[in-house]
Amino acid sequence: MTMLKYDPEICEKCETVDCLVRCQYMQFDLTQAKEEKLKLLAGESSRVLEGCATCYACEEYCPNNNHPFYLIVDRQEELSTWPVPIPLVKQQVKMMSPKGKITPGKVNTPLINLCFFPMLTGCIRGRLFDGTSLIEGSDIFCNIMWLHFAKNSVIRERLPKIIDTIQNNYLAENGINEFVCFHDECYGAYTHLAPAFGIDVPFKTVHLFEYLTKRLTVLKKEITPIRATVAYQRPCSNRLIPETQHWVDEIFNLVGVDRVEREYDRENALCCGTVLRAMQKDDIADDLQKRNLDDMQKVGAAYCVFNCPACFFTMKDMVTERGITPILMSELCQLALGQ
Amino acid sequence: MKYQEILHRCFRCGYCKLPSSYKDINCPSYLKYRFETYSPGGRMWLLKAWLDEEIKTSPHFAEILYSCAACGNCVEHCVFPKFKADLLNAFVAGREELVDQGAIPGIVSDYFKAIQLYGNPYKLPEEKRDAWAEGIGVPCYTNEEFLLYIGCPGSFDERGQKMARAVASLLAKFEVSFGILGKEEHCDGNEVKILGESGLFEVLARNNIEQFRKKGVKKVVTLSPHAYHAMRNEYPKYGAEFEVFHYTHLLARFMDKGDLLHGNSRIKVTFHDPCYLGRHNADYYTPRTILNAVPGIELVEMDRNKGDALCCGGGGGNFFTDILGSGTESSSRVRIREAIEVGADILAVACPKCAKMFEDAIKAEDQEDKIKVRDIAEIILDERL
Amino acid sequence: MEKIYQELKKIVGDQYVSNQPEERFFYSRDGGTTEPCFPDFIVMPGSTEEVQKIVLLANERKIPITPMGAALVLSGLSRPLRGGIVVDMKRMDRILEVNEFSRFAVVEAGTSEGKLQAYLKKHHPSLKHSVPDAPPMATIGGNILIHGSGHLSALGGFHTEMLNGLEAVLPTGEIVRIGSCSVSPYWFSRAPLPDLAGLFLGWAGTTGIATKIAIKLYPDRPLNDIDIFVMEDADSVPDVIRRLSGTAVAEDITAIMTPVPEWASGFQMINVIYGAESKREQVLKRDLLRESVKKYIKDKVGGFMPLYSDMKGRFMEAPASQLVRFADVKKGGGFEYVGAIMPIEVFPDAYRKGLEIAERNGVTYSTGARIIGLGHTMMFFYAYAFNRADPIDVKKAQKALEETNEAALTIGGIPWKAEVPAQQGIIRRMDPNTFKLMGRIRQTLDPNGIMNPGNWEVPS
Repeated sequence: MTMLKYDPEICEKCETVDCLVRCQYMQFDLTQAKEEKLKLLAGESSRVLEGCATCYACEEYCPNNNHPFYLIVDRQEELSTWPVPIPLVKQQVKMMSPKGKITPGKVNTPLINLCFFPMLTGCIRGRLFDGTSLIEGSDIFCNIMWLHFAKNSVIRERLPKIIDTIQNNYLAENGINEFVCFHDECYGAYTHLAPAFGIDVPFKTVHLFEYLTKRLTVLKKEITPIRATVAYQRPCSNRLIPETQHWVDEIFNLVGVDRVEREYDRENALCCGTVLRAMQKDDIADDLQKRNLDDMQKVGAAYCVFNCPACFFTMKDMVTERGITPILMSELCQLALGQ
Repeated sequence: MKYQEILHRCFRCGYCKLPSSYKDINCPSYLKYRFETYSPGGRMWLLKAWLDEEIKTSPHFAEILYSCAACGNCVEHCVFPKFKADLLNAFVAGREELVDQGAIPGIVSDYFKAIQLYGNPYKLPEEKRDAWAEGIGVPCYTNEEFLLYIGCPGSFDERGQKMARAVASLLAKFEVSFGILGKEEHCDGNEVKILGESGLFEVLARNNIEQFRKKGVKKVVTLSPHAYHAMRNEYPKYGAEFEVFHYTHLLARFMDKGDLLHGNSRIKVTFHDPCYLGRHNADYYTPRTILNAVPGIELVEMDRNKGDALCCGGGGGNFFTDILGSGTESSSRVRIREAIEVGADILAVACPKCAKMFEDAIKAEDQEDKIKVRDIAEIILDERL
Repeated sequence: MEKIYQELKKIVGDQYVSNQPEERFFYSRDGGTTEPCFPDFIVMPGSTEEVQKIVLLANERKIPITPMGAALVLSGLSRPLRGGIVVDMKRMDRILEVNEFSRFAVVEAGTSEGKLQAYLKKHHPSLKHSVPDAPPMATIGGNILIHGSGHLSALGGFHTEMLNGLEAVLPTGEIVRIGSCSVSPYWFSRAPLPDLAGLFLGWAGTTGIATKIAIKLYPDRPLNDIDIFVMEDADSVPDVIRRLSGTAVAEDITAIMTPVPEWASGFQMINVIYGAESKREQVLKRDLLRESVKKYIKDKVGGFMPLYSDMKGRFMEAPASQLVRFADVKKGGGFEYVGAIMPIEVFPDAYRKGLEIAERNGVTYSTGARIIGLGHTMMFFYAYAFNRADPIDVKKAQKALEETNEAALTIGGIPWKAEVPAQQGIIRRMDPNTFKLMGRIRQTLDPNGIMNPGNWEVPS
């Protein structure tokens, strides 16, 4: 098993315990936070393990990049503190398993990795994605979702195989060494989680935001500014890769929308709620979805922009009910290009 | 027989008979005959029984196969994604087998003979193919951008001729660069193929392709969705390289030129999707784009529209063979009642066969003072220019 | 025979009678595995009077009559076991009345489930009827007369319990009305009269032909939702069902256990569908359901699947077209289907027996159960897919079907819409006096023995 690259000494000496003090779903003062942290370090049970919403935010809050969230998930699994009922976990593990339906073939750069979202293949179209190749399917699913299920063991088992599949079936034989990650999760998996878990990644990944920014810059003359106010639903997986956030602002500038300042954006973004429902915590999910939607409505958002398909599918109807148009980031760009 | 490997996979569940709302029967032959044998599932099971020699070739079996209007409702609504696309192909393959055995209904045989001897099902001299264009000054194709292909009903049927004149006149008014083949035009063969004479179809297709090639045709615009379908989807198998359009595709280009269209009187119009533009080629929006752009038109939808449209009953060769026949439960008459139910003044069509089928149905229903059938081009030409 | 053919033509018109090999072939079988039985004639009446004339003719000529809806039971009940006339009722498909206040509809018996569903949606959008999971061509009459169940069965019980009354042609040709419509112009109830509807329900067409049916309608709520409780312990399922159904929230509860897709294998998924007038009501109902099974959630041994709205739509589709697709899992156009009405406590036995039988016979299976009423009973079903083009595979499914019927009886259940061998299995276990009573009723109603003979009989 690959070990988490984690330094207990850093946590022991930490004076702020931002990972817990800043948590949006559990309340800790500094003293309590330190106590609970010590329990986690000692491998003991802690109310953190039961109360964690698995939103990944503490990975972003930690000033030392010491992977507090990955540690929580390891502890949950070691102590069998399952956040989600066991049959649901088992069912998901089966559902998302690699199906061995790899069809190696000719691909070229830019190569778009659509992860395991077959329903989104229609998004890869038009001038925005001119000349791109596409890969998709269970066999290249990044598997980072098991962080929500206290199943780091599944990540450790599957992620190296997925990396191998991508490298040997799509990249190597086509002489390619990079691809664009359509989903934050994939980019987070290869640039953040894999190194933390000690898993080698032989290829380079480009975030969709970077790709979109560059394409929009090339196609700048074809852009008709949308001129609307948007609310951005920042997904949990982006907490692993906050360095990509500036691209969101650049894209919004390019397509002419105003990312209006609101309470639940950026470092204070709220979870879409699906994971909390899997945890059977519907009351919490109801509450945070309501707060989030009220916030979007309050600032007069015309669009709610998503980059995570899971957030999109979870929230699209409730956003629509509030009179706000749900839209994926790539589709927002298509709209600006008149596609 | 081609496609015989899918026959046993039919579960006779009956989704194929219905529209997506399940409102009522949407298979023209089952609607008319009501025996399960006349439904798509019935044909699947009978074809298998026939190949297994559990039933013999008979006139009744042939009638069942030839009563299919090839409307594609079964393909649209079958719930088995792995073989649904080939349902209609299997029925046509069954017809091909009957053709090979010489066991087709007499009326179908007559149709093939007429095509072979006269070049058209009307048994009229081919020199008369340009009769529809008399007096309206339509140019013969030399090297225009589009070849306007009229086809048999537009050339010889009185109702079709009227529609052909409207379309040609309108294209001329919109200054489209087009010409016709006139006396030199030949049958497109779509019904020949669907009636099971694939050999004859191939000859017709190859001849047309060669003729178009020699004349340097790059773009064809058809009057009939049937010809559009054949040329778009079948002709490329024999080497066709020209682009194919239905005339509505050209008209749609002029709908943003508001100064061309006038008139404010309110007309309530409902549109009947022709099977070969709609279900067979998935274009439900071009005709509606046009109608929505015409001033004064209120477009109302019948319950069964787009992929759920009830066929006029003229497809699958029935326009000529009349195997489906008339009667109160014929789909054209049911469709007229549906159009009247939504309060339409005009039933808009985009196919000469639909136009003829529905005009006859209105007479049979005695509703001539309540509703009229107009082709889209006729509506624009008569009401809005 | 030609004379009978001519007589039938006189009754219904030339177009609606056939004695041709093509129709005789098709109407000799259904989509299941039972052996074909060929009719001599197929006739399609358009009115009660035509049905009456057909029955009188059959009496006069002593010809068997087999009424047929859409022939979708898969157990061969519409096959004419002794030949004669198959009466295809689907031309009698008029919707005669919808009563908004007393919530019922009166339809001709051949009206399809789909037609009534679409009609209500368009003309009475606040009402719906209980739609079975049979394809939408299934007829209202056929489904009720076989004791069907459907998407409102947790709310209203078996479809027979939703029957307000009927009109039928007796085997001797008299037209009778059953229920309030026999006294009043309203088809509102079967009470307080002696309930004669039982003379026609579950008799497999051996006591007459229903021509009109009145059924209860229910509110069609603007908001509809589904929760799926997932567990992997069949022994706990009866308790979970008891708890969920006891909330009286559900319109429909079904347990689904299937090995396909692979991720579903080994789990019991209990689907609970409910409607609501407002968001508040929806959340309240959801919370009541969660509260009822909190013990299992707390122990982490069961939980509700998080579902996207698009997925919910698929799970709530009525009828569920997905179920029909099971027929193509072996690329063979068929599945055989055993339904058995059972007490809920035998669920674990029923589930294990089904798996055992499927495994022993090497058939691809899917099983499930629809809960009837507030957990009063269940309709447990076993579906075995087969390839129609492979006779060995067909035999395997047939054998699995027979074994399942026997197993259902052994564990205390009763096969539903039983085909002839299953009927005989039921008769063998039945109180002899009950069976004698059935015989006396039949003899009285049908002295010439013309109504679907071969059903509910002791083998000679």
